Amino acid sequence: MTSDGSTAPLAIELRGIVKRFPGVVANDGVDFDLRPGEVHALLGENGAGKSTLMNIVAGLYRPDEGEMRVDGRPVRFRSPRDAIAAGLGMIHQHFALVPSQTVTENVLLGLDRPRFLLGLAKHDEEMAALAAGLGLKVDPRAKVWQLSVGEQQRVEVLKMLYRGAHVLIMDEPTAVLAPQEVDELFRTLRAMTASGRSIVFISHKLAEVLAIADRITVMRRGRVTASGIAAAGTSKGDLARLMVGREVLGSVERTMFRPGAVVLSMRDVHAENDKGLPALRGVSLDVRAGEILGIAGVAGNGQSELAQVVTGLRPFLGRIEIAGDVAERRSARDAIRRGVAHVPEDRTGVGSAPNLSITDNLIMKAYREAPIAHGWVIDVSAARRMAESLKDEYSIAAPSIDTLARLLSGGNLQRLILAREIESKPSLLVAVQPTRGLDVGAIEAVHRLLMARREAGAATILISEDLDEILGLSDRVAVIYEGLILGTFDVAEADVQELGLLMTGGTGGLPLEVAPILPGVPGA
Amino acid sequence: MTAAGSPQGVAARSRRTVQLERRLDVPRWLPYLATLGAVAFALLVSAMILAAVGGDPIRSYLHIVDSAFGDIGVISDTMVKATPLILTGLACALAFRMRLWNIGAEGQLLMGAWGASAVVLVPLLPPGAPALVVIPAMTLAGFAAGALWGFIPGLLKARLAMNEIIATLMLNYVAALWIAFWVFGPWSEGGFQLTAQFPREAWLPRLTDLAAQVPALGGLTVHLGLAFALVAAVALWFILRRSRWGYEIRLTGDSPPAARYAGIDIARNTIAIFMISGGLAGLAGMAEVSGVVHRLQQAISPGYGFTAIIVAYIARFNPLGVIVAAILFGALILAGREIQPAGVPGMIQGIVLFSLIASEVVLRYRIRLVRG
Ligand SMILES: Nc1ncnc2c1ncn2[C@@H]1O[C@H](COP(=O)(O)OP(=O)(O)O)[C@@H](O)[C@H]1O
Ligand SMILES: [Mg+2]
Repeated sequence: MTSDGSTAPLAIELRGIVKRFPGVVANDGVDFDLRPGEVHALLGENGAGKSTLMNIVAGLYRPDEGEMRVDGRPVRFRSPRDAIAAGLGMIHQHFALVPSQTVTENVLLGLDRPRFLLGLAKHDEEMAALAAGLGLKVDPRAKVWQLSVGEQQRVEVLKMLYRGAHVLIMDEPTAVLAPQEVDELFRTLRAMTASGRSIVFISHKLAEVLAIADRITVMRRGRVTASGIAAAGTSKGDLARLMVGREVLGSVERTMFRPGAVVLSMRDVHAENDKGLPALRGVSLDVRAGEILGIAGVAGNGQSELAQVVTGLRPFLGRIEIAGDVAERRSARDAIRRGVAHVPEDRTGVGSAPNLSITDNLIMKAYREAPIAHGWVIDVSAARRMAESLKDEYSIAAPSIDTLARLLSGGNLQRLILAREIESKPSLLVAVQPTRGLDVGAIEAVHRLLMARREAGAATILISEDLDEILGLSDRVAVIYEGLILGTFDVAEADVQELGLLMTGGTGGLPLEVAPILPGVPGA
Repeated sequence: MTAAGSPQGVAARSRRTVQLERRLDVPRWLPYLATLGAVAFALLVSAMILAAVGGDPIRSYLHIVDSAFGDIGVISDTMVKATPLILTGLACALAFRMRLWNIGAEGQLLMGAWGASAVVLVPLLPPGAPALVVIPAMTLAGFAAGALWGFIPGLLKARLAMNEIIATLMLNYVAALWIAFWVFGPWSEGGFQLTAQFPREAWLPRLTDLAAQVPALGGLTVHLGLAFALVAAVALWFILRRSRWGYEIRLTGDSPPAARYAGIDIARNTIAIFMISGGLAGLAGMAEVSGVVHRLQQAISPGYGFTAIIVAYIARFNPLGVIVAAILFGALILAGREIQPAGVPGMIQGIVLFSLIASEVVLRYRIRLVRG
């Protein structure tokens, strides 16, 4: 199998892996191999079976059929412990860290040594050395709760390396990262392969996969559609086709920009974040009917708070007018009544109720009014009729309208949320990271829906960290930095370099974080 | 570092192990099956304990069944015990639905009993008022007093984010002492720790009251409170399933941030739920003094408000399920008077609760037996 002529055995070799769950075959005869020292990307849409396959490798699930070899020897893992003993470490999408403990303590947690006395100082040094060797920036003495998500991920990496992992499996590691952290992660991955380790990199983002992987395996609906093809010489278009099974258009059609009256006007708006620190420091903005205003910025610069004050979920100082109507203090109820729709950043925590049905989730904004409400009673058959028609219209893939929301894949859940919000015929739509974590097919669908809303004359605020997305959809772009709008541009005249500069506060040269998401900009 | 031999060692060995796999989809029937299984398991464990201490589990169980459902007379007695359990069980189930942990149903029951008694003993109505006036007034007063006892923790929770478990637990003691004060002091009958018997007009009608017309009903003490309980259960079921407000409760119970996002006033609903929950428990207290004891006394409840927590859990917070679970526990309480030692039903209750909580695992994970 080792076509590069090396004699070293494959780090991982999977043959004919089958894994069934009730109602789905998550892996249907999957072959996969990982060469020593390579970054092998596992690419596929949500639900393709990537996590399942790697959970099998990591000893979490057991395959129903198939064989597995590690370093050429057949293995059968009974638990993640066995997998780690064989040198395989997996970093899941949700981290398993103890927030109140230090980095070192977290790394040592669950190990047999040290047995009784921790000797933390000694281990702190050991951690620092291990981390430094790979250019991982972590302070071993910091408590985990003080760390950013990116830093926490580094702790997970450190944990695996300390346990002697020579194969690292990362399940969608970039989903939680800010662009500049992605860059740093990539450097770490490079350093690790240089030291002889191998990496399985799970993702559904084409650009990323092309940027980091040596070889790529593409999965669709539990099967492999391309096995270990070289990243060099492969195009985004090829990958998208393999992944989605059809041609995917790069961008959506847009019609002429015909802005109407001002729908939302913010003047000198101040707000605090959850920790009571200033998050918005005097924001002034206008959004007109028929226009999409993109808010560009690095995560954590006040975008979430901006969306929350407009949708009535966060108190503020200053003035917000919706359709010329002033209110000093708004409530979410009030905003809904005024036709403000909200596609929230946190789809599972805020945008949906996980243990309620699709129907119950779809009536979240409509349950107070006819035809769903009949006085104080909910007309269940009207609700079901609405749910059935929205499920069809927005292609929400689910067994039935009684399916619980938490069983929906990310893309389908987002369709549900968009269906509900758009169906309320909003005059103002606030969409926060509407395509984060979605695969290409779903992203395309979301973009189309936003565009259709614009055609229908809605004012839209699009908050996204993906500059490509903002430039592709918006009519105007506003850059937010540390709670201030540093500038607003017509998209046609916007200069990518200048935007990038502003996003980091306008200091220094071309900021690092813009590099990986902009085609044609040379990397750092 | 890693022991090189270990992966192969793993491959070589082969034995059956249990593996848990996270479950994404829960079939509709599974919760019911899990509940039945948990109750059956609890009965089995209790039987083993009984056997281990030298008892005869089969005879004990037969005896429990016989003393709770053996004839129409004891069935009526079981229903009398089930009545306050249904009402307090509903109180808990409603609050728990919104993830408000009201464990103060006991205190709310006591306050309801006090409120209903006040109508007769203060008295709030002129003497000689007909039953058609007295009973509704007592019902209202019982509900209101319970609702007030729920309002306090509700307000504290909604406005000051105070932990409702602590608040409701502590208010139980306050209510017990409040009752003690009245039955020892102002309302004491000849220095005894109980009040004078209520006049006939303040008694909830019982089946036995009809014995003159239908002799077969003689001795059946089941009273109108049971009808209150059943109506309340159906009404609550309808409200939770079908009303706008019930939808808000289900939504808030599942995800408070989503409820806020949907524009729901969580604070207001918290207070309202606590008041209705307290009111239902208060109704249980009213039904006890007016339907069973016919006076206020300290030992008005053998802990109905606490058993109600288990009842609500067994019912998985479903109002109609509460009826079934309450009858089961009513039977256990009744049997407790018959069985020696009397602690057996209490033990069974405890084991049922533990099994029930443990059975949640089945709902969250698929358990697979695999060849290692
Ligand atoms: N524990 C589970 N129980 C039932 N179905 C599951 C489970 N885990 C995954 N699935 C299903 O298996 C399929 C593949 O899922 P997954 O491996 O998570 O995909 P990916 O990681 O590529 O998004 C999906 O249809 C998913 O719903
Ligand atoms: Mg996955």
